[in-house]
Amino acid sequence: MNRTQIVLVLLGIAALVAAPLGQGNYIVYTLTSWLLFSIAAMGLNLTLGYAGQISLAQAGFMGIGAYVTALMTLAGVPWILAALSSIGSAFVVGLLLGYPALRVQHHFLAFVTLAFNTLLFLVLRNEEEITGGSFGLMGMERPTVFGISTDGNLNFYYFALVCFLVAAGIMWWILRSPWGRAFKALRENPIRAESLGLKVRRQTLLAFAIGSAFAGLAGALQSPLVQFIEPHSFALNHSLKILLMVVVGGAGFFFGPMLGAAVVILLPEVLRFTEGYYLIIYALLVIILMVYSPNGLIGLGQKLWSKLRPRHEARRDMDKGFQL
Amino acid sequence: MAELIQILVSGLAAGSIYALAAVGFTLLWQASQTINFAQGEFVMLPAFFVLVGMNFLGLALWPAVFFALILSLLILGLAFKKLIVEPMLPHGTLPLVIATIALGLLMKESVKEFYGATAQPFPAVFPQKVYNVLGASVSVQDIGNLLVSMLAILGLQLFLSRTRTGRCMQASAQNPQVAEILGVDVKKMVLYTFLINAALATIASVLISPVYLAKFSNGETLGLVAFIAAIVGGFNQIRGALVGGLLIGVIDNLSAVYISAQYRSAVPMLLLIAIILFRPQGLLGTPEGRSV
Amino acid sequence: MHRNFIGATAMALALATTPLAAAELKVGSIVELSGPGAAAGVNFRDGVKMGFEEINAAGGVLGDPVRITEYDSQTDPQVSRAMVQKAIDDGVHVIAGTVFSSSTVVNMIVARRAGIPQFTGSEAPSITGMGNPYIFRSAFGSQKGIPKMARYMAEEMGVKKVAVVWANTEFGKGGYSAFKAEAANHGLEIVADIPTEQAQSDFSADVLKAKTSAADALFVYLTEEESARFLREARKQNIGKPMVGETTLIGHKVIELAGEAAEGAMGHVGLTPDADIPAMTDMVERFKKRFDYTPDHNAIKGFTTAHVIRCVAELVGSPDSQAIADKMHGLTLTVEECPGVLMDVSWDDTGEMSRESFFVEVKDGKQVVRAILPPN
Repeated sequence: MNRTQIVLVLLGIAALVAAPLGQGNYIVYTLTSWLLFSIAAMGLNLTLGYAGQISLAQAGFMGIGAYVTALMTLAGVPWILAALSSIGSAFVVGLLLGYPALRVQHHFLAFVTLAFNTLLFLVLRNEEEITGGSFGLMGMERPTVFGISTDGNLNFYYFALVCFLVAAGIMWWILRSPWGRAFKALRENPIRAESLGLKVRRQTLLAFAIGSAFAGLAGALQSPLVQFIEPHSFALNHSLKILLMVVVGGAGFFFGPMLGAAVVILLPEVLRFTEGYYLIIYALLVIILMVYSPNGLIGLGQKLWSKLRPRHEARRDMDKGFQL
Repeated sequence: MAELIQILVSGLAAGSIYALAAVGFTLLWQASQTINFAQGEFVMLPAFFVLVGMNFLGLALWPAVFFALILSLLILGLAFKKLIVEPMLPHGTLPLVIATIALGLLMKESVKEFYGATAQPFPAVFPQKVYNVLGASVSVQDIGNLLVSMLAILGLQLFLSRTRTGRCMQASAQNPQVAEILGVDVKKMVLYTFLINAALATIASVLISPVYLAKFSNGETLGLVAFIAAIVGGFNQIRGALVGGLLIGVIDNLSAVYISAQYRSAVPMLLLIAIILFRPQGLLGTPEGRSV
Repeated sequence: MHRNFIGATAMALALATTPLAAAELKVGSIVELSGPGAAAGVNFRDGVKMGFEEINAAGGVLGDPVRITEYDSQTDPQVSRAMVQKAIDDGVHVIAGTVFSSSTVVNMIVARRAGIPQFTGSEAPSITGMGNPYIFRSAFGSQKGIPKMARYMAEEMGVKKVAVVWANTEFGKGGYSAFKAEAANHGLEIVADIPTEQAQSDFSADVLKAKTSAADALFVYLTEEESARFLREARKQNIGKPMVGETTLIGHKVIELAGEAAEGAMGHVGLTPDADIPAMTDMVERFKKRFDYTPDHNAIKGFTTAHVIRCVAELVGSPDSQAIADKMHGLTLTVEECPGVLMDVSWDDTGEMSRESFFVEVKDGKQVVRAILPPN
């Protein structure tokens, strides 16, 4: 990071700290939702934007995280242990799911994850003794950190913010590491990367499992945030929603998923004046965005920027980056 | 015995509708690598065109169906291809996937806002008769669904393999560059594919709505089932989509009766995973497929 | 007539004595306007909307028009919680909604914390079992209606063995569990247990299972549209067994969708246009004219909720959330004093409601009352 970047990041963090001050409960709650979906979307961005794999089960992995945390905290286990188990479970399930899927043909991960998300929903709903079935689980306590209860919405926001910053820091580190750089090589020119001795399949599998683990963390936060979980919150349409966040923001850009999550969560609020039509307008905007800027909002920004400053060349990694 | 016949007949009748949707799905994939996540909504929408024709324009059923067909060809065929797919093709698959997800949402929400959130009765296209066949109840509707879908798919097969245009379409799907060199108007052929998909969706919509009622959210399950049927049958074969559709219809009914009603929707998913692991090209697919 | 006159005078006096400066009543209508619950939510929303439109046209509440703000819960518990929070931040005095129990169980915690009375459309028994003093029902919980039905099936219809067809959702599961418990009390044996999916369209396997079972009768607990599809398939396969259910099996919407297939289906309803309640028939007609579709039972819940809110606020004399919640406990509203409730109704200390109800059968496309069941 150069100095300007460090200053910008610090300013961003300061803005996040200041954002909920003086706001109503609703805004604070919505900001917390945004942090949590940003974590899940960040994970999917690793799978999608860097490893070029479509996962349609990100909400399912959130579900694994949320149920593991809910069941453990309800049994009296401290949140931090529950959250680590959530992350671990999502990671392991990701490996188990991704290994056979990626072995066959690389784009089949999308289909396998789609089936997995539906199966997971059925299990969560039907295995009532464990998961509470359609009635879900409720009454999860919000954690106490160093003696400070996060029961209030503002405290919980800061708690989620810390988790978010840690997750973002880890993601940043992953992408800067030699391993993360290999991905960029892979994305930009898969054939060349392979010829340089990159184990493409193993790299991809790990990316998918790590991406899923991020969703596990998001789920671990969702349990205490909503204090109620039920199977429908982790159904396929929510996975599509997270996918939309990543692509709308800009897949393959570090800040893309956060921007996308903000758009998907806050847009209904902005379009409230249109009453019942907000989803129609939202869908239209997404289509138009995809037609004009397949790299999402950040791609659009870069496009405009490069028009102003013609020396910059717009990135073209999407040409090869995604295949289904 | 009567029970089994009942399951088979009902399963095939439902499966034939899945097959129509799955065939369209496969066609779009072959012609333009479009994975259409709005395919279910494509089947949901024409029923509402028919209802608009009947309730607001005062048309009788069949003229209203014709009206719906024209609208579908224009909107689901022509406009979909020109406004959404064509400008996005150079960007690869993912943006298009996202755009079709958004398109599905757009169609669903529009129907809900402009027509209504609750299910609507839809006029029957076949006489409402039920016959007793070896103890099973078989309705004219069941037989009609099966026959019309089979004829539509068979007709399509013949068109693709026996006519010049059909063969040009196949050539464009298999190797657009070579087809172009050989003087085939590839763009036009791709357009034909989109129009055929729109027509198949209209047929499916008119067949299914009298039984399932017309509702904005009908496409959700249907789209997913069509998607699975297409993969199970073989993504690069029309016959595959047909077999996949019928198979899912029958398996769904069988598992609801003999395995577990709670887990009936799990069976097609497990089938999907098994197919991907052990026969990734699909039941009837050919390994080479087309290069993607 | 006499009582009506007194009621009207009292109301007029109340209106006259209310200071004009009293703040207007603000109501948050938080329902499922998108997602799987949209059909139910839109009905409820439109019921609330029509109720308050008419109330405002007649002069509003406490001399001021009521301000309703609508929020979309997207049938998502997490969003519903956010929306209730938002409504409270926006300063509403009363909340109407949500319909899906999975949303209500979460967002009622938020309303409770803020001390805002909430009129829910949910029917799951657990809602009123949590000791929340701010939650009130707009329709019976399923633990109220189902014992009436089970008793009727066992005692009046002489049913011994029953097949239960239920929606495998929080709605259906609630009804199913309540029925299972009651069936045991009345010596009904459940010989076939048939769960179905939300938004299921192909019911052939389910009807087949019920038909080939040893049951004398079916208990059907599905939502309206699925009920219509089920009835059509049952007619096709000539099921030959009586079918009994809740309002969702024999409501207007179901009769409209299922047509002849609804003939002979029986059920328990709280309010029916054919029970000699002109106010009800009128309401359905006005609703059809206003929104251009046939209201289902959720719309009726919404409509009566608007009127309950009006009457309670006027009884209290100010838009005071705490006073309204306190007043609701143990309250009885009669049609004379509050015509919009359509039938006399009362609430206990848990927020559960009770009123007379009917056991009806569908004949010639209309509900025919077979028995009037007293409040329990």
